[in-house]
Amino acid sequence: MKKLLKTFYPALLVVALYIAVTLLRSVGILNGYYIQVMMFAGINIMMTASLNLVNGFTGQFCIGHAGFMSLGAYGAAIVTTMLFKNVPAFAQIPVFLLGLFVGGCVAALIGALIGLPSLKLKGDYLAIVTLAFGEIVRAILRLIQPIGGARGMIGIPNYANLAWILFFMTLTLYLLRNLIYSPYGRAFIAIRDNEIAADAMGIDTTRYKITSFCIAAFIAGVAGGLYAHVLAFIQPDSFSFTKSSDFLVYLYAGGSGSLTGSILGAALLTVLPEILRFLTDWRLAVYAAILVIVMLYRSEGLCGGKELPFMRISRAALYEKPLFGGRKKDSAVSGKQ
Amino acid sequence: MKRILALLVTLAMVFALAACNNDSSGNKDGDVETIKIGVVCPISGNSAIAGKYITHGVEVIENELGGKIEIKGKEYDIEFIYMDNEASEEKTTNVFQKLIEEEKVIAIVGPDMSKCALAAGPIAQNAKCPVVATFATNTAVTEVGDYIFRACFIDPFQGQMAAQYIWDSGYKTTAIMFNNADAYATGLTDAFKEVYTSLGGTVVAVEEYSGSDVKDYNVQLTKLAAADPECVFFPNLLGELGLQIQQARGVGITCPIVCGDSADTPEVGEVAGPAVKDVAYVSAFSAESTAPVAVEFVEKYTALHNGESPNSNAELAYEATQMVLYALQNADSLTRESVRNALANINGLELPSGAMTMGDDRNPIKGGVVMQYDADGVSHFVSSVNPS
Amino acid sequence: MATILQYLVYGLQLGSVYALLALGYTMVYGIVGMINFAHGDFLMIGAMGTYFIAKLFEGQRIDGTYPMLIVGVIILIAMLGTGGIAVGTEAIAYRPLRNKPRMIALITAVGVSMFLENFPRALPFIGPNPRSFPTLFTPTSFLVLGASITSTQIIMILLAAITMAALYFVVNRTKIGGQMRAVSMDKDAASLMGINVNRVISITFFIGGALAAVSGICYASAYPQVDVYMGSWLGNMSFVAAVLGGIGDIRGAMLGGFILGIAQIFATAINSTFGYAVGFIILIIILLVKPAGIMGKLVVEKV
Repeated sequence: MKKLLKTFYPALLVVALYIAVTLLRSVGILNGYYIQVMMFAGINIMMTASLNLVNGFTGQFCIGHAGFMSLGAYGAAIVTTMLFKNVPAFAQIPVFLLGLFVGGCVAALIGALIGLPSLKLKGDYLAIVTLAFGEIVRAILRLIQPIGGARGMIGIPNYANLAWILFFMTLTLYLLRNLIYSPYGRAFIAIRDNEIAADAMGIDTTRYKITSFCIAAFIAGVAGGLYAHVLAFIQPDSFSFTKSSDFLVYLYAGGSGSLTGSILGAALLTVLPEILRFLTDWRLAVYAAILVIVMLYRSEGLCGGKELPFMRISRAALYEKPLFGGRKKDSAVSGKQ
Repeated sequence: MKRILALLVTLAMVFALAACNNDSSGNKDGDVETIKIGVVCPISGNSAIAGKYITHGVEVIENELGGKIEIKGKEYDIEFIYMDNEASEEKTTNVFQKLIEEEKVIAIVGPDMSKCALAAGPIAQNAKCPVVATFATNTAVTEVGDYIFRACFIDPFQGQMAAQYIWDSGYKTTAIMFNNADAYATGLTDAFKEVYTSLGGTVVAVEEYSGSDVKDYNVQLTKLAAADPECVFFPNLLGELGLQIQQARGVGITCPIVCGDSADTPEVGEVAGPAVKDVAYVSAFSAESTAPVAVEFVEKYTALHNGESPNSNAELAYEATQMVLYALQNADSLTRESVRNALANINGLELPSGAMTMGDDRNPIKGGVVMQYDADGVSHFVSSVNPS
Repeated sequence: MATILQYLVYGLQLGSVYALLALGYTMVYGIVGMINFAHGDFLMIGAMGTYFIAKLFEGQRIDGTYPMLIVGVIILIAMLGTGGIAVGTEAIAYRPLRNKPRMIALITAVGVSMFLENFPRALPFIGPNPRSFPTLFTPTSFLVLGASITSTQIIMILLAAITMAALYFVVNRTKIGGQMRAVSMDKDAASLMGINVNRVISITFFIGGALAAVSGICYASAYPQVDVYMGSWLGNMSFVAAVLGGIGDIRGAMLGGFILGIAQIFATAINSTFGYAVGFIILIIILLVKPAGIMGKLVVEKV
């Protein structure tokens, strides 16, 4: 029974969440507004968690994450809006899933390409390349007339709903958690903590860095696809550097190197500006002040590299199989950058 | 045990999220009903200047009504709810949901940008809540559904007006510089090129720049000057035009400059300085109009906002709100559906820009004017164009 | 030929703005080791402040411009004020985080930047309006080999070069410069040697803020429109310039600024449709060839 529960609890979680939301909606506590904000929160959680893989766990510094999101959004929207438009109801879900997959793949492909400079460049220099990449993607997208150019792409079907977003969000978190506690994850963390030492230990740093970028880009692409199908309209300028820096803020405010932190950071900071609406003119100034104060008093981020129990895999289970021939101490997982 | 705990924690989080703001679910049905109208505009963000004028434009009406409105002999409370969309599509969908589901507004004025209207339009359409977009000029905006209206011209009409004016003034060659990252600018450019070439004119040079952040147009303008056009067309946004006009004169473009209706704002004259002389723009509204409605609007606006003169954003927001009020007065009942029907049937409503009739495609049918700045940055009426 | 020269002048004009701002950026980075995303907003404060100070001196205005002395006073007040704000920002928002991971300070800087943009925007007497920047220097045009160059442009380019030289001198030849270098190498060791680390960092931020104010005044003199959001994009661009030149290197910052400005202008000149993207492609190529920036040296890491 316990084993069964263990295998299926992510699925149970998403079902429970969805039922809770539907119930609350039916009694009128939740309305479309909350659902809308929650959908964006879910997408932001996916984006932040995937950015966490690159920045928080692999120790690279990507500041152009919205570029991957835009590729995914356009990739998915092209499939659902241009290739298979007006499909009958039963084919909508497969087409939607295909779209998300294509979006993710396009982003992952470019992600591998962006991973390449990371072999040579470090820190801020890599950051500038990712920033430049984001801007180049945006500049190119607005020149392609068949997908609307600067005017954006209209008429994207509204396939995504809260259930889908919750599903993909949970799936992302589940996969990322398992990845981080797998040999791959250990390698990522080793690269973050000391690349040269990792290299000396026989970790193929090249391969792992590109893998990290690829996986993160794929997730960002899927999140972008969901975003496109929530908004039903996308345009290149939505994925500007401002958007990328939003994800950076969510990531570090939540605590890098912690998936729980990504969830908390993205969810709270998506909701906070909405809660502050009563301040009208002063809203964003107060939001910024709160952000600064939180960072001053909780400078490792809200979670500071720690995980909630359900985002963790018990160490005892891990140690049954050897990882790189030896035990790792706790510090490798919860270590600060 | 731990996992069950985890589940409970997550559920608690969801509940907490839901519970943080659940005070507005009650639907007030009393004798004195409050009519709520949502106003969506960018109060913060890069386009905050437009948001400021929109709020000011609506405030003229709010101030005049004083919180009460009389509809068919009965007095109601009226409330305007201003929402900041930061000029972002994502935030616009949020505030639309909030206004429709939580505040239960009867109609929404705004947003002012096509991208925001396109993203949030389907939400209003599904909820059957009438929307009057202020400055959303993209043709696709009202095609979202029969609840989406607009107060402004569409891109093709404005492009056509500009082309017609330039051609009629005898300029056979035109050069264009536009923002290729902006939907308004690309829309006007495309419409302009089509009409102008069909009239027989030649577009001798087209130069582009990307985004409002880049403020150096010298290279593009030098190239335009080298093409030696008889007239140049700048269909760009209000934050960009002042510097463009100033730099254009700086690199030696002496020919007339024509802009879209976003040039109808005091900032253009202020930033460009004396260079603004002979800059013409197409617009719906002439501040020199002697029609009583227009004079009244300008007077009330300047009186309320310490001598500030209205710009096209303020004027369109005012008109959009007037349209909603007119629809409220003429609706069969105070429901969203009848307000929509009344909006669709607006005929000959006197607005500051002239008599307006709502077309079948939910775009207003109204005349346009061509205005020209003098050296002091004051615009004067040149000619008027009637809708074809 | 004349056209190319003319474009070069435009490139130098844009580049000098980036360079001036990048100098402050790179100094703060080199000494404190943090990316100050709010640096562009110091530029905005400098330019906005100048606008309001010039308003106060409106009575002294002759023929639309000010006497040299008044201009000097205005610029001095703006520099001191912006420097003071920079020092205050550091003391409140960055100092408590000095020994924390540097990403944390970066996020705080994003928050500070948002605050510095949105706080004045919400103040009723500032608001979001773009304003016309007063003429501080009356531009005179010269014709050099068929390309026209104005006195404002010459002042800007010279100023960037002089500031770079002065900063280089201060950092490498003076006592406070020696302290700065010591702090940048090792804060703890520096404080053990009797250096007041807080004071050195405050001075660094003051110089950075004052330089941002100067670049704000230059920028607004060349592109006379000021609003509260003008700084964020320029801040990003100067970050790019500083990294391109080799972050932490003063000569590199100036070089990076000019290269970025000239690259953007020439990319636009070749094809304005793709100019924006090409500017960034050039950037990536330079970084792939010189992975530590133009002037930067690759540091060999040891375990």
